[in-house]
Amino acid sequence: MAAPLLEIRDLSVDFHTAQGNLHAVRNVSWHLDRGETLAILGESGSGKSVSASAIMNLIDCPPGRIASGEILFEGRDLLKMSGEERRRINGKRIAMIFQDPLSHLNPVYTVGFQIAEMMTAHGLPKAEARARTLELLERVGIPDFRTRIDAYPHQFSGGQRQRLMIAMALALKPDILIADEPTTALDVTVQAQILALLEELQNETGMGLLLITHDLGVVAEVADRVVVMNSGQIVETGSAAEVYRSPHHPYTKKLIAAVPGTGAMADPLKTGVEVLLDVKGFSKHYGDFVALDGATLSVLSGETVAIVGESGSGKSTLARALLRLTEPTSGEACFGGRDLVTIPPKELFALRREIQMVFQDPSQSLNPRMTVFEIVAEAFAIHPEILPRAQWKDRVCELLEQVGLDASHMRRYPHQFSGGQRQRIAIARALALQPKLIICDEAVSALDVSIQAQVIALLRSLQDALGLSYLFIAHDLPLVRDFAHRVVVMQGGRIVEQGPVARIFDAPREAYTRNLIAASLSPDPEIQAARRAGRRLHAEAGR
Amino acid sequence: MISFLGKRAVASAVSLIGLIVLVFFLSRLTGDPTNLYLPVDASLESRARFREINGLDDPLIVQFFRYAGDIIRLDFGVSVRRGEPAIDAVLRAFEWTLWLAVITMTLVTAAAILVGALAAFRVGGVFDRIATFFSLIGASAPDFWIAIVAIVVFSVTFGWVPTSGTGTVMHWILPVAVLFIRPFGLILQVVRGSMISTLSSAYVKTARAKGVKNRPIIFVHALRNAMLPVITVIGDQAAALLNGAVVVETIFGFPGVGKLMIDSILQRDFTVVLAAIFVTAVAIFLMNILIDILYAVLDPRIRY
Repeated sequence: MAAPLLEIRDLSVDFHTAQGNLHAVRNVSWHLDRGETLAILGESGSGKSVSASAIMNLIDCPPGRIASGEILFEGRDLLKMSGEERRRINGKRIAMIFQDPLSHLNPVYTVGFQIAEMMTAHGLPKAEARARTLELLERVGIPDFRTRIDAYPHQFSGGQRQRLMIAMALALKPDILIADEPTTALDVTVQAQILALLEELQNETGMGLLLITHDLGVVAEVADRVVVMNSGQIVETGSAAEVYRSPHHPYTKKLIAAVPGTGAMADPLKTGVEVLLDVKGFSKHYGDFVALDGATLSVLSGETVAIVGESGSGKSTLARALLRLTEPTSGEACFGGRDLVTIPPKELFALRREIQMVFQDPSQSLNPRMTVFEIVAEAFAIHPEILPRAQWKDRVCELLEQVGLDASHMRRYPHQFSGGQRQRIAIARALALQPKLIICDEAVSALDVSIQAQVIALLRSLQDALGLSYLFIAHDLPLVRDFAHRVVVMQGGRIVEQGPVARIFDAPREAYTRNLIAASLSPDPEIQAARRAGRRLHAEAGR
Repeated sequence: MISFLGKRAVASAVSLIGLIVLVFFLSRLTGDPTNLYLPVDASLESRARFREINGLDDPLIVQFFRYAGDIIRLDFGVSVRRGEPAIDAVLRAFEWTLWLAVITMTLVTAAAILVGALAAFRVGGVFDRIATFFSLIGASAPDFWIAIVAIVVFSVTFGWVPTSGTGTVMHWILPVAVLFIRPFGLILQVVRGSMISTLSSAYVKTARAKGVKNRPIIFVHALRNAMLPVITVIGDQAAALLNGAVVVETIFGFPGVGKLMIDSILQRDFTVVLAAIFVTAVAIFLMNILIDILYAVLDPRIRY
């Protein structure tokens, strides 16, 4: 049997930290063949990106250290090569694309320069590189590519930027493409386009594709084989279908079980429940740009209303305008009988108690210089009528226990917690004011699947116990399907459709909603294979 | 861009007017120029005549408006001490200062960027440690002390360069070298700090994954992004030099605008002081516009 194109043998990488030596990956072995797609699946901190960084010589030593192992590319150990030899392989033979294309493209150079640089760095003359750049831009589907070649990264959309990264990576027809979470920052419909583009290009060039992801749906869509990683070690290897159908390791089982979108959908609330929030004709204009156009919706007491839509659809603008973090241009929003828009500032201040918000990224929304106690108790300092100072400590203990944290945690700072725990702190902070409505703006999007499931379970139990209502803004449809009572679909600042969750998911009326649902990936490789076959048939019939 | 320049010009004109008002009245608080110009035993008549000739017997407000009207015609009046138009004396001195500032800042910028960028590439390496050590000394050593020590060592002891004055290239070496040290240390630290963060950025990672060589990674990818904060500090330091390096110019007997201003203040030669302030203010305004334009040139995301 011929040696594989790329083989990692027994790789261990340590990182030296203030807390001592951290074993990022231990004894990892896998291989990748020509024309094959291998997915490395894992949650944050699993070490799934480390082996790829080692291949690309992107690990800084120190603090990193490759403790043992070999990386064999066409039988030669990359780790034994000189820096110059590895530079020649990077980009030309093995190329890489990253999760967040905006920060991975240099903001001060044109995209044309950056794509051409891939070729000039490996000896191609400038004129030739530019001609090839134009070809590549056309191939990855950049409209007006002849003029856009001289545009800057910030002038493109997120999906286009990832196309640019792909064009750059494939400029020299590498044998291997490493894609590190290539679609995580993108909308589902754009994700589908990018994955399809990668597949097409792989078919054209026969390259090996190494895909690093946390998303079982992405694995199901593109991977031939999958390597599951947990805390620096490989726990399971196999074909994508095998691993999904019959996982052996408890961790894999847990991961698959945590994937949302399979449970029973909630029934609508019974009639006769009090309307908590009633929004009518809510609009927000920025100059000529209409960010939110006449939104009308209501939230009942104890109800979860999800707002879904792609980026730029006006979901967050709606939330911000409701809280008057930004002033709505027109419309009314009745909350408990009072209009949030016309209410005098003093009453608004009192009313804000009753509407709280939980943000997407708890590492940014929690002040890093405040202890957990200070963060939660700050609410009492701002609204002193709620609780006398003597009782703050007891109440904070109670709140932390309510969200599943330990009371002893309150002396710690946010950075001492994991992402999921931080979001629990943010929820405890929101609960401190005994709100009636919590607006969750992508509150679980930054969390790993298994943590997501825990936080959702927590939100649900709090709803049962306290009768809370949620306005749940999300782009992740399976999650919404499991959690919401009703769903509001937004597009381009307008509400295109709303209704009970079962109605939206089982019988969507609008084409936009249908596309959105179709584009979201199932974790089951067989379902995805069937969908792909269907699309191909559809495309051929169209021709 | 054009409308931005227009707005900046109007805003600067307003602050310039405020500056002129402030300086005119504050300088009169130091006392009546007559007492300073004329001998102590001058007769009351000659004092009155002096006031009349120079318009000093009018109410202060009248003197101010006369002065303001003159400024609009770019006429700053005649220097009482020198007997020539104040603006001539100022422009002559400013030319010296401008050259001093341009030469010094060019050398400082080139050296600080080169050394700072290389120091940032291997943080904690030997080169970085040496560069940081000397830049900290440079940024914290008082320049009057360095100037005097430099004169003692290089002019008096070794006799390599003249102690003061102007005339040959040799006369420039010590003033430029002394003025170089502090901004060099300061800007080097800013370049180094800024480069450390751009070198660990995601786009530098991309460049490494592309197989770009180290030199273009440092000087093409990281440096241009690191330049924005650096330019701010460069502008700040250049403005200080344009204002006249008072101490250094005085020590080296360098006929720049800083020395002229100090001399004129001591002599209550108001016309020269006001003209000097006006000229340096306009120069600093022009330099700030240049810096704003540079921001936009370096970073395509900045558009006015």
